[in-house]
Amino acid sequence: MSKTLLNIENLHAEIEDKQILKGLNLKVNAGEIHAIMGPNGAGKSTLASVLSGRDGYEMTEGKVDFDGTDLMELDPDERAKEGLFLAFQYPVEIPGVSNINFLRTALNEIREYRKEEPVSAKEFMTMVRERSQIVELDSKLASRSVNVGFSGGEKKRNEIFQMAMLEPKLAILDETDSGLDIDALRIVAAGVNKLKNENNAVVLITHYQRLLDYIKPDFVHVLADGKIIKTGGPELALELEEKGYDWLTK
Amino acid sequence: MNVQTDTKLQSFLSGFEGVRENAIQNEAWDALQYLDFPTTRDEYWKYTRISKIANAKLSSGKASNTILDLEKHLLSDQFVIIENGIFRADLSSFDLSKVNVKVESTDTLVQTTANMDELFQAMNTALAEQTLFISIPKKQVWETPVQVIYITTENQIMSNTRLVFESEDFAEGHVITTFINEGNSQSLSNHYTEVLVAENAHLKLDKIQVGNGWHVATENVWQDGNSTFKINTMTLKGDIVRNNLNIEVAGENCETFLNGAVITKENQLVDNHSFVNHLVSNCMSDENYKYVLDGKSTGVFNGRVVVQPDAQKINAYQQNGNVLLSDFAKINSKPELEIYADDVKCSHGSTTGQLDEDALFYLQARGISKDKARKILVSAFVGEVLQSLDNEKVLAYVNQVLFDEFGWTEM
Ligand SMILES: Nc1ncnc2c1ncn2[C@@H]1O[C@H](COP(=O)(O)OP(=O)(O)O)[C@@H](O)[C@H]1O
Ligand SMILES: [Mg+2]
Repeated sequence: MSKTLLNIENLHAEIEDKQILKGLNLKVNAGEIHAIMGPNGAGKSTLASVLSGRDGYEMTEGKVDFDGTDLMELDPDERAKEGLFLAFQYPVEIPGVSNINFLRTALNEIREYRKEEPVSAKEFMTMVRERSQIVELDSKLASRSVNVGFSGGEKKRNEIFQMAMLEPKLAILDETDSGLDIDALRIVAAGVNKLKNENNAVVLITHYQRLLDYIKPDFVHVLADGKIIKTGGPELALELEEKGYDWLTK
Repeated sequence: MNVQTDTKLQSFLSGFEGVRENAIQNEAWDALQYLDFPTTRDEYWKYTRISKIANAKLSSGKASNTILDLEKHLLSDQFVIIENGIFRADLSSFDLSKVNVKVESTDTLVQTTANMDELFQAMNTALAEQTLFISIPKKQVWETPVQVIYITTENQIMSNTRLVFESEDFAEGHVITTFINEGNSQSLSNHYTEVLVAENAHLKLDKIQVGNGWHVATENVWQDGNSTFKINTMTLKGDIVRNNLNIEVAGENCETFLNGAVITKENQLVDNHSFVNHLVSNCMSDENYKYVLDGKSTGVFNGRVVVQPDAQKINAYQQNGNVLLSDFAKINSKPELEIYADDVKCSHGSTTGQLDEDALFYLQARGISKDKARKILVSAFVGEVLQSLDNEKVLAYVNQVLFDEFGWTEM
């Protein structure tokens, strides 16, 4: 059996004293793709925020182990340095900060944390060229200010481009498919499939089955009312598409 | 005239008698007899308390005869060094076949646009021993900037430095002034600049304030028709800094650019008062000041733009953005637009806030530490203003100071 990358046990979390996650369990092994589906407001993004360490999202109970480290003890940047990646549902625009300079800084901080040599300018530019192609991101966009003036689809592709650059152990993609037309969806999905291997894992948060036609999950989970209430294979997604979530939450 | 004898100014000036043989200097000295230090009750000084300066016991400075290591501050091969208000011919270096630079005793002063009702201008006019003239003859285009380094090396002095940057028609040139004071927080540098931008001339002034202590600088700028004037004021150090920038746009088809960056920490107080006076039609002015305030520091921005009656088809833009990095930092931002003509396009905006939390988290989520992420965001914030420094050496110098003083790295 391959090793466990993420093990969430009995996770309770709140925002502004409001209980959102209420005893969530999830185990992700290397080599796996998990889909988390669920109605709007179920707490899917909250899960992503808690795991990545966003301010204001507080774990009140439970335990999260990430490849042998206690994830909740770490600052957000340390979580990234340990190999966690979050593709944001709403990527942030940062005027004045160049996309590639910021990525180079990030990459070098991650390398320094892992006691590796910084990336050379040449090596870095080669990486940018190769990996922006994975998601067919115009290399001009790569050098612009982070997400500024990007279309919705370009922002999502930029997230996957960053994932390709940072090579995380575990990537959580929060609604990366929303707002994408079918071509962009195919490109993004192909990118994710290309980056996937037996040593890493992907958690796809989505509320459409559509994405799962292109990225085949090993497991499909339903998150409702702060918990995983059902787990199945890809066929569960099709069933949800047909019947909605009501039959599960009744 | 009823001469007051017991003002703060009188006791402040007691160390500065000196001989004045010049009518203008005498007039300035006379003005000082009835002026006094402003207080926060004066509208023009409402947010800027200068009692520390008023209560200081200062004397006039002298130049030393020691070698000063100014290598890292040099941004041009044409440079003038002024130490404690006095010209250091031995350290300066300029080629008179390339640039027209001369230092004269202020005794020979025949005209000035200094306002004798304003304390610091009157004080400068009365007390400055020397005036530096940088004069670009007709149709000359100077490729190399002239740098003037003003350095304070003594404690408890007031240096009154005076610069005239003037041009004839169709002239082009660039002056960089750098104000340095590496130790003496109890000294005042009182600087006065007159700029004359003649018809069709294009002048640029970069003003880099990297000195400790107290610093007051006044620029009186006059623009004739079809001219361009650009000033970049970078305030990166100083316990109390006050800039008074006054621009009279007196000819049509002029362009005027005012950019400013203020980066502070600790207890610094930095105040920029600007005044653009549109006297005639068909001109454009564009002002952009950005402040990043940390610690218990205070920033003041007062941007006054006046469009006089009949000055039609003016485009005047003003922008002031501020980021407060600490709960104790303060900004007082006040745009003052007075429009007396009807066919005018004016816009102004002032924003104040903390760093964008979402952007901060986004950078952290990519593996960048919070501290570094903050620095990236603040340098991006002022980056827009730094980009107006189109001289690469000046930009590199400013970035170096930001790195040394604040640990910033460019993005
Ligand atoms: N920053 C926040 N402040 C307060 N409530 C929030 C915040 N973020 C999310 N919530 C609430 O938490 C619940 C879960 O939201 P979210 O995790 O975004 O759901 P999903 O991603 O599944 O659509 C919702 O009721 C939402 O209103
Ligand atoms: Mg969501």
